[in-house]
Amino acid sequence: MKQLRNWTPAVLLVVFALVAAACGGGSGDTTTTAGEPAAEPFRIAVVAPSASNDLAFTQSMVDALNMIQSEMGGASAVEVAVTDGTFVVEDAAAAIKDYASQGYDLVIAHGSQYGGSLQEIAPQFPDVSFAWGTAGDTFGLPNVFAYEAASHEGGYVMGVMAAALSQSHVVGIVGPIEVGDAKLYVDGFKAGVLAQDPTADVKVNYTGSFSDVALAATAAESEIAAGADVLTGTAQMVVGAVGVAKEKGVLWFGTQADQTQLAPDIVVASQVYHWEVVLRQMIDLIKGGTLGGNAYVIDLANGGEVISYNPGFDLPAEVKQLGEDTIAGIKDGSIAVPRS
Amino acid sequence: MAEFFTTAIIVSTVASTFRFATSYLYAAIGETFGQRSGVLNLGVDGIMLLGAFGAYYTVLKSGNLWLALAVAAAIGMLMGLAMAYASVTLQAEQGISGIGFYLFGLGLSDLLFQKLVGTPLPIDGFPNLRIPLLADIPIVGEMLFDHSIIVYGAFLLVPVAAFVLNRTTVGLNIRAVGENPEAADTLGVSVAKVRYFTVILGSTLAGIGGAALATELGIFQQNLTAGQGFIAVALVYFGAWRPLGVMFGALLYGFVAAVVLQLKTLGVIPLGASDLAAMLPALITILALVVAVQRERQPAALTKPYERGE
Repeated sequence: MKQLRNWTPAVLLVVFALVAAACGGGSGDTTTTAGEPAAEPFRIAVVAPSASNDLAFTQSMVDALNMIQSEMGGASAVEVAVTDGTFVVEDAAAAIKDYASQGYDLVIAHGSQYGGSLQEIAPQFPDVSFAWGTAGDTFGLPNVFAYEAASHEGGYVMGVMAAALSQSHVVGIVGPIEVGDAKLYVDGFKAGVLAQDPTADVKVNYTGSFSDVALAATAAESEIAAGADVLTGTAQMVVGAVGVAKEKGVLWFGTQADQTQLAPDIVVASQVYHWEVVLRQMIDLIKGGTLGGNAYVIDLANGGEVISYNPGFDLPAEVKQLGEDTIAGIKDGSIAVPRS
Repeated sequence: MAEFFTTAIIVSTVASTFRFATSYLYAAIGETFGQRSGVLNLGVDGIMLLGAFGAYYTVLKSGNLWLALAVAAAIGMLMGLAMAYASVTLQAEQGISGIGFYLFGLGLSDLLFQKLVGTPLPIDGFPNLRIPLLADIPIVGEMLFDHSIIVYGAFLLVPVAAFVLNRTTVGLNIRAVGENPEAADTLGVSVAKVRYFTVILGSTLAGIGGAALATELGIFQQNLTAGQGFIAVALVYFGAWRPLGVMFGALLYGFVAAVVLQLKTLGVIPLGASDLAAMLPALITILALVVAVQRERQPAALTKPYERGE
C-alpha cells in the first residue's frame, strides 16, 4: 500500500490535467448594454464557449450582434447581453436559463455542444425564442431556430488558392477535433486543394483539443517539416499554428474571422462569417410572432460568408481571379462543393 | 511509415520536443525544490498562467523580453510568497489550497487579458540563438543548438538544480526538512524558512515557465497552459524528485507528443484514431510513472505541515 500511495496522486494529477486541458474553463465575462427602459428594446442574449474577441467562433457572433444593434438604432433599440467563456456546458445551460427567465426576446446558444441543454430548456419557456448553432436541427420545437455555416464553401475557395500558391505541392491543415464546423471546413479546404492540383499532398492534423495552443504550434511544425508551404486551420487554438507559420515564413489562410492582424505578412485571406444575415431574418420572424422552427445556413450566395483578402499581402492577380471565379462558380451552382 | 525516417522529419520532431518540453521543465524543476522540502504546490498551472500573461503583456507594451522575464519571475515570487504563507504558516491542506491558487491564476489571467488586451495580438519572442560550431554539426546541431535562449536556460537549469540539491548546504537543509523536519529543527535549521525559500523559488520558476510558453508561442489566450502545470507536478513524481529524472520525464512527454503529431501529419495514425492518439503522451507518462516510481520513495514529510512539538 505504501508504494501505491507514492504514485496515486501523480496519476490523479495527469488525469486532472487532461480534464483541465479538455474543458478549458475560465471566467464568464458578462457585459450588458442597457437600453432606455421606456423604449422597450428588443433584447438579445448570447452564450458562447470562448472569448468574445477570440478572432474566431465567438467573435463572429458578437460582431454580428453589434452590427445588428447599430443597424436597428443602437442600444436604445436593441439590448445585447453576452456571456462568453462558458466551455463548461452546465455553466452555459445555467446562463441560457437565466436569460430566458429574464424575458429576453432571443437567447442564442452559440455552440453545438449546448444542443442537449437547449432541448430541455426551450419547452419551459414557450414565449422566449431560442437559436443555437452551429447545427441544422430545431428539435421540432416551435421556439427554436438553428443556424450553421457552409464553411466548406469558403474552405473550398481558399483551398483552390492555396494549391495555386504552393510551390512544394504540400498543404497543411490544423484542426481541433474531427466534428461539426471544423470538420466541414477542413474537408472543404482539402477538396479545394485537390480540385486545383490533384497531385497535391494535403496533410490534415487534428490535435485533439480546441484550446491547446502549444499542441497546435507543434502540429504546424510537423506539417512544415513534412514539406507544407501553405497552412490553414480552424478553432481558437490555431493562433499557435499561425505563430509558427509566421516564424517559418509559410502562408496562412484563416477562417471564422479575419485573422490578418495575427500575422500581416503571411495571411493571404480569411473566410469571415456574417451571422447578421440570418439574425435579421430571425428577428423579423420573432417580431411577427413566429418564435422558431427554421434552420438557417450562411453561405457564399447569401452573403453570410465572405472571403476577406489581406490588403497587405501581394496576392498574384491570377490567383485572386481563380478565387473569385471559384466563388462565382459556387454561387451559380456550376461548382458543387462536396459536403462531408 | 518510411516517410518518418527522413532526416528533415526526425530533426524537426526532436527540435519540437525540446521546445515543447521547455515550459514543463521550468515548472517541474521549481516544483522539485518545493516537494523535496515537503511542500506540494498544486497551484503551478495558475502561477504559470499569471507569469505567461505578465510576460506577454510586458512584451506587448514595451517589446522588452528581459523585462518580461523579470515581470513573470516577480509575479511567481509573489504567488510563491502567498502559497508559502498558506501552506507553511497557516498549515493549510496543500492539495486544496493549491487548487485554489490554480483557479485564482486561471481566472485572473483571463480577466486581465480580457480587460487589458482583448483581441489576441501576436508578440515576437526570443530569436533563435545558433551556438557557434555546435550548431554546425550535421543533424544534431539543428536538433539541439538552434533554439532560443529560453530553451537553453531550461536545460542549463537541470545540472544547476541537481548541484544545489545534492552538493550544497542549502540543498542538504532542503532535503533534511523534507525527510525529517523534527531532526532538522533540532539541529537548528528553520523548517519554515527553508520551506518559504523553496516554495518561492519554485513559484518563481513556474512564472518563468509561463513566460517561456507565451514568448515561444508569441501569443496569449485564455487557459494558455491547458493543464501544463499539472503535468509538471506529475513529472516531479516521474523523475523521482531528482532534477535529471524530471528532465527525462519532460523530454519523454514532449517527445511522445511531437511524434504523435508528426505521425498524424504523415497519415500513419489515421484520422479516426486521432483523438485516441492525443491521449498517448499522458498515458505513456502514467505507465512510466507506475513502473518507475514503484522503486522510489517520496520525501517522508511531503504534504505534512510542520508544527514544533512542545
